[in-house]
Amino acid sequence: MTSTITSRGTVTIAVEACKGCELCIPACPPEVLTMSEDVNHLGYHYPQLHPGCTGCAACLMVCPDFVFEVFRFERPVATRLASEPESGS
Amino acid sequence: MSASARPERRLMEGSEALVRASIAAGCRFFAGYPMTPFTEILEHFAALLPDAGGTCINAESELEAVGMAWGAAATGARAATGSTGQGLSLMQESLSEITLAELPLVVFNMARGQQDYFQATRGGSHGDARNLVLAPQDIAEGVELTQTAFHLADKWRNPVVLYGDYLLAHTQEAVALEAREFPPLPAKNWAVDGSTGGSGGSRIVTPLGFDKIGRTSRGQEGNFQYAASKIPEMEAREVRVETGWLDDAETVVVAFGTPAKFVKFAIDELRADGERIGWVRPVSLWPFPYETVGEAAAVARRVGSFELCTGQMIDDVRIGVAGRAPVRFIGGVSTDSSGFGVGRLLEVDAIRARILALHRDEELPPVPGADEHRFVPAPHQLEVTP
Amino acid sequence: MTKDHLGPILDASAPPAEGARVVEPQKPALLLSEQHHMCPGCGEPLALRGYLEAIEDLGLAERTIAVAGIGCYTSFSASTDLDLVQALHGRAPSVATGIKRMRPDAIVYTLQGDGDMVNEGLQEVLHTAARGERVTCILLNNGVFGETGGHMTATSVLGQRTKTSLDGRDAEYHGHPILIGDLVARLDGAAYVARGSVHSAGAVARTNRMFRRAFETQTRGDGFSFVEVLTMCPTGWFVPTAEGQTYMDETIGEVHIVGELKVDGVVRTTAELHEENVRRAAETRAAKERALAAKRG
Repeated sequence: MTSTITSRGTVTIAVEACKGCELCIPACPPEVLTMSEDVNHLGYHYPQLHPGCTGCAACLMVCPDFVFEVFRFERPVATRLASEPESGS
Repeated sequence: MSASARPERRLMEGSEALVRASIAAGCRFFAGYPMTPFTEILEHFAALLPDAGGTCINAESELEAVGMAWGAAATGARAATGSTGQGLSLMQESLSEITLAELPLVVFNMARGQQDYFQATRGGSHGDARNLVLAPQDIAEGVELTQTAFHLADKWRNPVVLYGDYLLAHTQEAVALEAREFPPLPAKNWAVDGSTGGSGGSRIVTPLGFDKIGRTSRGQEGNFQYAASKIPEMEAREVRVETGWLDDAETVVVAFGTPAKFVKFAIDELRADGERIGWVRPVSLWPFPYETVGEAAAVARRVGSFELCTGQMIDDVRIGVAGRAPVRFIGGVSTDSSGFGVGRLLEVDAIRARILALHRDEELPPVPGADEHRFVPAPHQLEVTP
Repeated sequence: MTKDHLGPILDASAPPAEGARVVEPQKPALLLSEQHHMCPGCGEPLALRGYLEAIEDLGLAERTIAVAGIGCYTSFSASTDLDLVQALHGRAPSVATGIKRMRPDAIVYTLQGDGDMVNEGLQEVLHTAARGERVTCILLNNGVFGETGGHMTATSVLGQRTKTSLDGRDAEYHGHPILIGDLVARLDGAAYVARGSVHSAGAVARTNRMFRRAFETQTRGDGFSFVEVLTMCPTGWFVPTAEGQTYMDETIGEVHIVGELKVDGVVRTTAELHEENVRRAAETRAAKERALAAKRG
């Protein structure tokens, strides 16, 4: 069975501006940011966006390096997830 | 003041005259802190500036006074501050940085008995900053030079010190406040008023040499280079000096400020007795009239420096004389028991005696009070420390 | 939403082509460049965004004159698109006074760090507030001299380790911190005094409202206004970047209490502020729980 995640908003991430402080990760209420595996030209890991953004701009508010720009969709966008055999809660 | 009617002469104290001259020159901001013998300048500004449409603030410290004047000057207003030497010492960091920020500012020093020639002319502060320094001999000249000071401050975008003392500030003379005319100056397009905010072309007034992003910055080093290259331009054009009796002078006395008027009077008396003595009176202490002093020394047998301290201007006299004649210090510490004001050397007879001793290559009369409290080195101070 | 159900990584390199509107632009219009040399996790740029957006939103850009002090934040002077006068360490309030007296219609603010304002310039800010100068002083308080490498200031808290309080600030040896916002609030010339922080999105939002109220105080001509902002400085606090927010919350923020310290001339006590903060925290927790429950249900 496939499930979808609805995104009411989205962000752009200026990867090369990020200094890897990770303040955005716990700030995001829907928890849709994770830090990358690879690094930018400054040598820092940077945030990546997953589906489920609400466009609340909490990430932008706590980011010292002006990495984010925040958008809201006129119509929420659905992202399909791959089927998962195990049961969720 | 109307240009058509001659201003009438009125008895007023020097402080009031300098303040009225400032207001006539367009000064609209003053901040100061009470300190003898400068306090009356603050009082007269407080009384007279508001009616002239200006603001006078009794700042809570000298540091804040110069800071407020900095801000006012940054908006393009003609601003001034002042104190006596001790208070100006407190202002020195700001004064040096104001020079680097290229802000016009007039600074009144009503010096105490100890004399602040070094403080005024060696910048007084860190780095290479120089202040233009004007030293009137009396109130009438003070009125003239105060107006000149405001013009020069705007002309060069640099602080100008108006160097006075207890005598100048507290004596009353009959003064006519003649308004001086000056050549036109360019508009202050560097001044801030808030209006360019958000335009991408907003202005910055800074001593640090860094301009807004997108514009070329001098940087710190570049700013120092720039400021250094301005110094010889001011030196070349702003020397002011008065001389007397130099054509056949065997002895030349150099003196500035109110004591210089005493020196001139004494020399007039000695000339009446046939003594071939002349004088050089620097009106600008910086830039110092090295050339005039050198020319006078070239045809004289000896040069004397008369100052009411242990000798500060004498360094500049020696530089100007450049070995052409021997230079001798004929002044001395002279103040009253409070340290603020006039002492026993500021007296025509005493001065005449010292000039005559110089002229005759004799031992100078003792400086009144010099032997009453004399430092005698202790044995450990006589030892040579390797 | 739990992390187990995290979807794929999305392309966040460019704005959506259509069907979306900007909620928050990447940088304030009054900031000439978002590039700066502040350390990772520094709180100062968060305050910078806050007051620049307040000035822009209130339509004040074309009448504002900024006065900057000396600290890490001095580099903002080059990137702030407002008429600006650079002052010396501690000396911005007197410069602001001179400017405001000559340009009473301008909106004048100072930007100073705690070393600048509370050490070097303590008398300047107190006198400016006492005189009721219609300027807004903004304090970036991280309890440390950041630019010189991490030394104790007058606002450093007891126990805080710096290069000049290596075993932690000790009341006997180093004395007590000065709670500058509280001190300024008790001066009659001060009309609006607030202390905010930037250690969470909620804190940032609350601080941004304080900036607005402070500038509105100035536009109304009500008197001196003051916003103290507690900012993270993991470098100066010698903690890992990720611990900056916690350190602020548990250390600096326990001493310098966040809240509106003085509104319309009325001073609020520390106890009142504490009560309000506890209430707000409880409300935030309750709202979070309701949101989680709604998702599950």
